[in-house]
Amino acid sequence: MIAAKNLHVTFGRGTPLEKHALRGVDLAIPSGQFVTVIGSNGAGKSTVLGALAGDVIPERGTVAIDGTDVTRWNTPRRAGLVARVFQDPMAGTCATLSIEENMALAAARGRRRGLGAAVGTRQRAGFAERIAELGLGLENRLKDQMGLLSGGQRQAVSLLMATLAGSRILLLDEHTAALDPSTADFVLDLTRRIVVEHGLTTLMVTHSMRHALDYGDRTIMLHEGQVVLDVGGQERAGLDVPDLLAMFSRVRGQQLADDALLIG
Amino acid sequence: MSTVALLGAAELGLVFALVALGVFISFRVLDFPDLTVDGSFPLGAAVAATLILADWNPWVATGIAMLAGAASGIVTATLNVRFKILHLLASILTMIALFSINLRVMGRPNVAILIQDTVLTPFYDLGQTLGLSDAVVRPLFVLAVVLVVVALLARFLTSEFGLAMRATGVNARMARAQGVSTDLHIYVGMALSNALVGLAGALFAQTNGFADVTSGIGTIVIGLAAVIVGETVVRSRVIVWMLVGCVVGSILYRIAIQVALNADFIGLRASDLNLVTALLVAGALILPRIRNPLKARAGAEATSR
Repeated sequence: MIAAKNLHVTFGRGTPLEKHALRGVDLAIPSGQFVTVIGSNGAGKSTVLGALAGDVIPERGTVAIDGTDVTRWNTPRRAGLVARVFQDPMAGTCATLSIEENMALAAARGRRRGLGAAVGTRQRAGFAERIAELGLGLENRLKDQMGLLSGGQRQAVSLLMATLAGSRILLLDEHTAALDPSTADFVLDLTRRIVVEHGLTTLMVTHSMRHALDYGDRTIMLHEGQVVLDVGGQERAGLDVPDLLAMFSRVRGQQLADDALLIG
Repeated sequence: MSTVALLGAAELGLVFALVALGVFISFRVLDFPDLTVDGSFPLGAAVAATLILADWNPWVATGIAMLAGAASGIVTATLNVRFKILHLLASILTMIALFSINLRVMGRPNVAILIQDTVLTPFYDLGQTLGLSDAVVRPLFVLAVVLVVVALLARFLTSEFGLAMRATGVNARMARAQGVSTDLHIYVGMALSNALVGLAGALFAQTNGFADVTSGIGTIVIGLAAVIVGETVVRSRVIVWMLVGCVVGSILYRIAIQVALNADFIGLRASDLNLVTALLVAGALILPRIRNPLKARAGAEATSR
């Protein structure tokens, strides 16, 4: 369960480039819910994810995960609770480490790392079994360097790595944006499978309105650092991309009207 | 080249193999270009020699030299991690400070420990009963130390903690997202790296019978040369072989230097050592790029992505 209250984040405070990225975001996500997040560039989508993961510490507001206040926790400390997959396939894995070493890193998330061997015989067997689930034949390539895999394969392994340490929350930051359409579909279907199988509370940022409606149980739209749309259940089921687009431009129009008033 | 000269080159190569292993940890594992070693190498020598001169047990003196090296690594890491000073500059600051500290430690620019007992003394005695000369005992002893260090390092770098350290160097953002405290791993790695360099300094002082404040000049280049030569000779992604590569590279480098300096027809003098070293390292860095222009371009694109 995620509870974010009144999050405010400002980048570059006191400089000409000051950006008020989040202006009072409230977000309550019950356990096991799959939320898709949309919004234009600079709307604050990635900042919300960063604030939940610990990359961004808000100057106001609180973040609680499963009832624990984690607002001041840094990224490594939160990693036991939160798993992530990044937009750039290169960002979520270590290219010069082997597949099994990458998996071992993820499997130790949230635990103390000791001097025991990182990849023992038993772990290797476990990794082979888990990676075989992907159906990509990677179980025979555990010792290959991660950098030898294609972008899609790396994202698939990243998703799998997110499930190795038993964290309950999954944050996906446009994790299919760098992939070709068919690979993106493969990774999205894998995402859905993994989220359901492990009952993960999920936030997926996407640029595709189609994906935002097709996947998950609830969709929120961010604009200028605020949640401007929050739909789920029946209401969402009846929505189609044009409806969403209409809402999107209406929100933007309102914003323009407000600004016009301010200037006027 | 005479057998004595060859043994001498091997001995020096083995002592500097410890430097190479330290440089491997900073440059290759942590991706932290660390010039502290130019100061921590003579620091190790100074601390060990001074303590031995004060009748300390040579093993204890060597251990304290390692701790002193570790401390200098932590200073550099602190300047970088805590105070956000560029790694290269942070390490230069520590290096320059260590020059003064080393003079303070010794109280003078150099210290001789020719007649004092060192960690090697019992082995010299053992060698004599076996009919081995000191010139043979020294490289054998250092080889044993190096092998122990390689074994321990290989074990460490494949442990959960060591794997997290490697991830810190490859992709710090990913490491943090996987719960790795990258700051902690930089501190530990830098301490470990400079402890090994301190150990090299301590052994250098004890095998050569002196510590000198200027002996650190170019340590980083020699260490880097060994790492690069090792990577060219031993091509492997397996940690233990990469470490063995550092050792092999260090010995080969010393022999190459020895041959270059001994070949009268080239007309080099001992004082040309640093120039030859710099040329060797520059050559080792440039050669792989010009060997095959097409391949080099593809490689550059792959890294820039």
